[in-house]
Amino acid sequence: MTETTPTNLPEDGHSARQKNMATLAAATPADIAENFRKLDAPAYELVRQPETGLVMVRGRMGGTGSPFNLGEVTVTRCVVRLASGETGSAYSLGRNKEKALQSAVIDALWQRADAREQIEEMIIAPLAAAQETTTETVREETEATRVNFFTMVRGDN
Amino acid sequence: MYVAVKGGEKAIRNAHKLLAKRRRGDTSVPALTLEQIAEQLSHSVARVMGEGSLYDEKLAALAIKQSRGDLIEAAFLMRAYRTTLPRFGYSQPVDTAKMLVERRISATYKDLPGGQVLGPTFDYSHRLLDFSLAAEDDERTPQAETAETRDEPVPRVTDLLGDEGLMEPDPLTDEDAPVGDLTREPLSFPADRDLRLQNLARGDEGFLLALAYSTQRGYGRTHPFAGEIRYGEVEVEFYAEELGFAVTLGTIKVTECQMVNQFQGSAKAAPTFTRGYGLVFGQVERKAMSMAMVDRSMRWQELGEEQTAPAQDIEFVLSHSDNIQATGFVEHLKLPHYVDFQAELDLVRRMRGEWFEKRASAESDGTSREAAE
Repeated sequence: MTETTPTNLPEDGHSARQKNMATLAAATPADIAENFRKLDAPAYELVRQPETGLVMVRGRMGGTGSPFNLGEVTVTRCVVRLASGETGSAYSLGRNKEKALQSAVIDALWQRADAREQIEEMIIAPLAAAQETTTETVREETEATRVNFFTMVRGDN
Repeated sequence: MYVAVKGGEKAIRNAHKLLAKRRRGDTSVPALTLEQIAEQLSHSVARVMGEGSLYDEKLAALAIKQSRGDLIEAAFLMRAYRTTLPRFGYSQPVDTAKMLVERRISATYKDLPGGQVLGPTFDYSHRLLDFSLAAEDDERTPQAETAETRDEPVPRVTDLLGDEGLMEPDPLTDEDAPVGDLTREPLSFPADRDLRLQNLARGDEGFLLALAYSTQRGYGRTHPFAGEIRYGEVEVEFYAEELGFAVTLGTIKVTECQMVNQFQGSAKAAPTFTRGYGLVFGQVERKAMSMAMVDRSMRWQELGEEQTAPAQDIEFVLSHSDNIQATGFVEHLKLPHYVDFQAELDLVRRMRGEWFEKRASAESDGTSREAAE
C-alpha cells in the first residue's frame, strides 16, 4: 500500500465540504444574506473577486452514452481568504455576486476548527433541512399523480 | 447585398422611444415583474432558455419582457448576452437517472419499474378556456394533492430492454475524446451526433415539430414509440480545477425523451430496437419528442437505411433549425438594399428595352412577310 489520498483533508471531510458548498449553492441569495448577517463576519481578503461566467452543461446521448453539449448556464464564483489563513470558495448557478462572496466566506469559516460547529448548526443544517422539505413536497405532490393504466382487450365485452 | 447607409438618426431615436412606450402599454395596468413572468409563464421562459441556449430563468424573464413576448427576439437577446460572459468550462454530463422526477410516462410499458407519474401536464385536459382565470380578483391559491412517497429507483426505460439485448446500447466514446461545441466552432459537415444533438437542443421548436410530424406522415420511415418521457430537476456538477473536486452548481429542470424505433437489422447488426434521443431545458415536451424523432431520422447512414426524406437530410435540418440565424437572414431583407436594387432596376429596364425592341422587329418582319405573300 503506497497510495495515499492526495489531499490534506480526510476523505469524509472532503465530501462534507462538497455537500456544504452544494447546500449554499442551492440556497436563495436572500437566505444566504440573512444567515451571513447572523455571523460575526471575520476579516477576509478577496483571492478571486465575485465573477459571473458560463458553464456549458453536458448531457449524454441516450442518457448513458457519449457526451454532447446541451446548453449553457450562468454561474457566479468567488474565492476569499480569511485573516486566519483559510481559503473559501463558492460556485453557484445564477448571477448573484453578493451570494457568491458571502457563501465563500461561510465556506472558509467552516474550515476553521473553532467555527465549524457553529456554521454547521446555525447555517448549513437549517438550509439543508428547508431544501429537503421542498424536495419532499415535490415528491409527495408528484406521487399523488401516480397512474396505473389498464389495457382494454379488444372485442371483449 | 446590404450596403451601409447614413442618416435617420433622429427617426431611429424616436422609434426607440415609441417602442419603449408601446412595450409598456397602458400605464394604468400594472407593469409585469420578472418574478411574475418566471413563475407564471414558465413554458415561455423554458422555450427562451432552450432556444437561447442559456439557462437562467431571471434573464429569460427579462428578455421576454423586453421583447414584448416575442420569444424568438427574446432568445436572440439571450444569445447576445452570453457573448459578454467568460466561459468557465464544461459541466460533468448530467445524470438523468438521478433526476428528481416530476413527470414520467411511458407509452411502451404500463408497468415499468418506478411507475408512471403524470405530474403537471396539459395532456388530459379539455381544451376549454377557463374563464375563472380571467376574473380580476384571481387570488385563489390552488392546492395540490400529496401522497406518501416510495423509495423506489426510477431506471430509464431503455435500460430495461437493454438487458435483453433488444435495445441498441448507447454509443460510448473515449471520455477524453473532444466533444463538438457550436459556440466555439461554427457548424460544418459532416456533423457527428454530438453536434447534431447540440444543434437540435437549441433548435426552433416549430421547425423540429414540423420535421418530426413529416416523418410520421411518411416522409422517412419511422414508427416511433415514446419509450419514456421524464421531466424534473437534475444536478449540474462542475470540476473546479483549483479545488481539485467537483462542485454542485445547483439544479436545472430538463425534459428527456427516449423514442424507440424498430430496426429490421442489416448484414452487420441483428434486428433490434433503435433510439432517438431528446434532451431540452425546462418542461418542453413537444420539443424533446420532436428532437428525439429528428435525431433518429438523421441516423440513417449509421444504420444503413435509405435516405428519402427531408428530416434525414443532416445538412438541410441542421442548417435551418436555428431560429436566430434564420430570423437574421430573413429579417435583414428589411434593411436598405438601395444600391442592389438600383442595379437590378437598371438591368430590368435594359432587358425590357431589348424585349420590346425584339418584339417590334419581329412584328415588322411579319408585316413585311405578309406584304410579300
